[in-house]
Amino acid sequence: MKSDAVTSAPLGELLTPFSDHEATLEANRCLYCYDAPCIHACPTHIDIPTFIKRIADKNLLGSAKTILESNLLGATCSRVCPVQELCEGACVLGSDHPPIQIGRLQRYAMDAIRGRETQTVSIGDETGKSIAIVGAGPAGLSCAGELRKLGHAVTLLERRAVGGGLSTYGIIQLREPIDIAIGEAAFIERLGVKFEYGVELGHDKSLAELRRDFDAVYIGVGLGQSPDLHIPGEEWIFDGLRLIEQSKMEAAPMKLGQRVVVIGAGNTAIDCATIAKRLGATDVTIIYRRTIDEMTAYPHEYEFAKAEGIRFEFLAQPSAVITDEQGVTGLTCQRMHLGPDDSSGRPSSIPVPDETFVVEADQIIKAIGQVRHPLASLLGLGIENGYITVDENFETTLAGVYAGGDCIRATGAASTVMAVQDGKLAARSIHQAIMGGPS
Amino acid sequence: MADLTCRFAGITSPNPFWLASAPPTNSGAQVHRAFEAGWGGAVWKTIGAPVLNVSNRYGAWHHGSQRMLGINNIELISDRPLADNLREIAEVKRAWPNRAVIVSAMVESTPEAWHEIVRQIEDTGADGIELNYGCPHGMNERGMGSAVGQVPEYCEQITRWVKNVAKIPVIVKLTPNITNIIGPARAALAGGADAISLINTINSITAVDLESFDISPSIGGKGGHGGYAGPAVKPIALNMLASVAGDELISKSGIPVSGMGGISVWQDAAEFVLLGATSVQVCTAAMHYGFRIIDDLCDGLSNWMDARGIADLNDIRGKSLPRLSSFQDLDLSFRAVARIDADKCIQCNLCYAACNDAAHQCIDLVNSAGKVIQPGYSERESGKRLATEDRPKPVVREDDCVGCRLCHNVCPVEGCIDMVEVPSGRQSITWAKLSAEKPELTNDWDAMKRYRDAMGIHIH
Repeated sequence: MKSDAVTSAPLGELLTPFSDHEATLEANRCLYCYDAPCIHACPTHIDIPTFIKRIADKNLLGSAKTILESNLLGATCSRVCPVQELCEGACVLGSDHPPIQIGRLQRYAMDAIRGRETQTVSIGDETGKSIAIVGAGPAGLSCAGELRKLGHAVTLLERRAVGGGLSTYGIIQLREPIDIAIGEAAFIERLGVKFEYGVELGHDKSLAELRRDFDAVYIGVGLGQSPDLHIPGEEWIFDGLRLIEQSKMEAAPMKLGQRVVVIGAGNTAIDCATIAKRLGATDVTIIYRRTIDEMTAYPHEYEFAKAEGIRFEFLAQPSAVITDEQGVTGLTCQRMHLGPDDSSGRPSSIPVPDETFVVEADQIIKAIGQVRHPLASLLGLGIENGYITVDENFETTLAGVYAGGDCIRATGAASTVMAVQDGKLAARSIHQAIMGGPS
Repeated sequence: MADLTCRFAGITSPNPFWLASAPPTNSGAQVHRAFEAGWGGAVWKTIGAPVLNVSNRYGAWHHGSQRMLGINNIELISDRPLADNLREIAEVKRAWPNRAVIVSAMVESTPEAWHEIVRQIEDTGADGIELNYGCPHGMNERGMGSAVGQVPEYCEQITRWVKNVAKIPVIVKLTPNITNIIGPARAALAGGADAISLINTINSITAVDLESFDISPSIGGKGGHGGYAGPAVKPIALNMLASVAGDELISKSGIPVSGMGGISVWQDAAEFVLLGATSVQVCTAAMHYGFRIIDDLCDGLSNWMDARGIADLNDIRGKSLPRLSSFQDLDLSFRAVARIDADKCIQCNLCYAACNDAAHQCIDLVNSAGKVIQPGYSERESGKRLATEDRPKPVVREDDCVGCRLCHNVCPVEGCIDMVEVPSGRQSITWAKLSAEKPELTNDWDAMKRYRDAMGIHIH
């Protein structure tokens, strides 16, 4: 098995694609469970045993169709899903055998039909209704595609120049090459969705205009930038998502430091640390103010990071960036200890008096989550805890305006596949509402 | 350690495993290597009339990741010159005096041709002759092979021609491509055969090419039926072996049977012996994995015999034959139900699907609180924990279970679903006895209902 194989390019896709032989062997290992737990575990409830059986049967178009029926972003999800926590984690073989490599099999089926995904989708009769979607990330693409399948006219507004959202800009190439994400947006476009790039809601278009011109509006704008740390020397700190974006969008090889500190212990922090290490940093340290038990990175990501040679400094909070005339030389950290639970339900992190230390560094990156999108309040939508409030139909407090994806879901629980499911369920709600069916 | 020595119609070999007459016994060099590996005997690839072969001669049936569960071939008898074969047979026998060297033969159906080949074989010093009455392709079109095996009169006639001159034991190899194998078996006996071997290969077409629509394998765009062998044919071979070995005339005659058809592991060989085989022949397994498998065959069989206290295979030969029964003599009151070991169950729920869709709807999915759960999921919920914690387990409603055994057969976990005998509360009765006592039960559903009600037989 080549499951641990690493491609030669430092930032190339981590897992090699399955060969036909590997895929067939792995597909034949699947027991074809009835009412399979992998289906239950998948947020989009892909009929996994069926798509795997079709790989074994060498019906790859049928396999991809099964995937896309439940999840139009099957190519991205096959790469970025935390399968250990979802389908593969639920595989009945997992107790005493390696679980079926569902993610890689899904990727195999999706790769096999790349560029001809539309052959698997049928578009309903035109309804004469139109919907505006804001944001071409997973939530928006999923909703747009599902609405097209139902025969609605869909216009997708994206403020950036390329579709795909975080799949395009925020997922490191080790997990998903950028052409996969862009290709997925192109597939949604080929379904007949009209894309308008460079259009920002609240700037180029108002919500009132969209509500006037369309039968419904769906907002999938994701989240904003990283919050500030409010420490001296903050201007020297590089934003993690920008780092990932550069690693994907810029042709020239990136120049990173030799001793890199990453602040934060979520999956994005681990991605940033991985890039730094793979681009030649000798020391990469992740610092986190709580402990291993509270960090939001998945356990398998933590194990991956350790295997990459990344060091973890727990119970440490940055207090100042140290610089000289050359630039950054280190980060002063405050030693912390755990206290009573805070409002997030996790133990609070409290400074240990007079205990500080310095981590030497020539580059500091922060990946401490994203702030809630300021757009929500600007648009006059109801918000809760900074996230857009929606009801069970994904409708916001404004009638006919729906939302889904990261902008409605607290960070940590959010994932691409959940955004895809939001978009799918919201599309059904919108369809029922505008077609006069039961809501 | 158990003694595996095999004595078969006067032929002795150190173990009962003979390579069957087939490609692995095509030449002296091959048989020499097979004997070095430890094979007890070899039946030389059939010699006789001149032939020419074609390419793409082996087809195969694969299932899932299992390769070659069945192999089909249209290779003819030996295409090497008769003189070369005869010389090499003599060399091999000289080099391996304690191994069984048997020569399979097939010639034109005249006494002269058969007398000539018998004389030539005996000159090599071989231990026996196997008459190939089974080849189902090519040779039968020339009046040989299965063309003989399918007509008991020919079978008897040719056997007699051979026996009239042969001084070494004569084994008649039967074709399975016949409605009742007893006919040719008894004909061989009547012709004077010293032993019988079975089964030869089964008529088959393995596949059609979905690109070209050619029969697969394709010989320049054409294909035909070939002889089928390999693990997939074992159950057919066992049935035919049991018919022949259990036949009154054959068993009374005391002539031994050499069993073959899909033997791949030592367990298969033990089963053949229990149904009456004295020696066993192997081909496909050697074609798949090479001669080295003889070690596993001997070792496994010997360890099993030691564990069971069996000193000699003769002690168990045919021991399962008395257990063979026709349906009408089976006990209708015997009751077994499926029981699922919850600790071993991995909750694939294949048993549930099989029972519910294709059997008798007597498995429920039950959660830890004992509640019956319908399959399905909520679209709004997901995650490993939700999917695995308290996933309902399949539970058999034993009162409703008819004991069909389908769930036991589909379960992928060894020892998870057992068929457990439970008292039926009824006296033993066979259909033969019941239909004799109550003939109305054979043609009157109302009578059957009354009988069932009286006996407490409820079929839901």
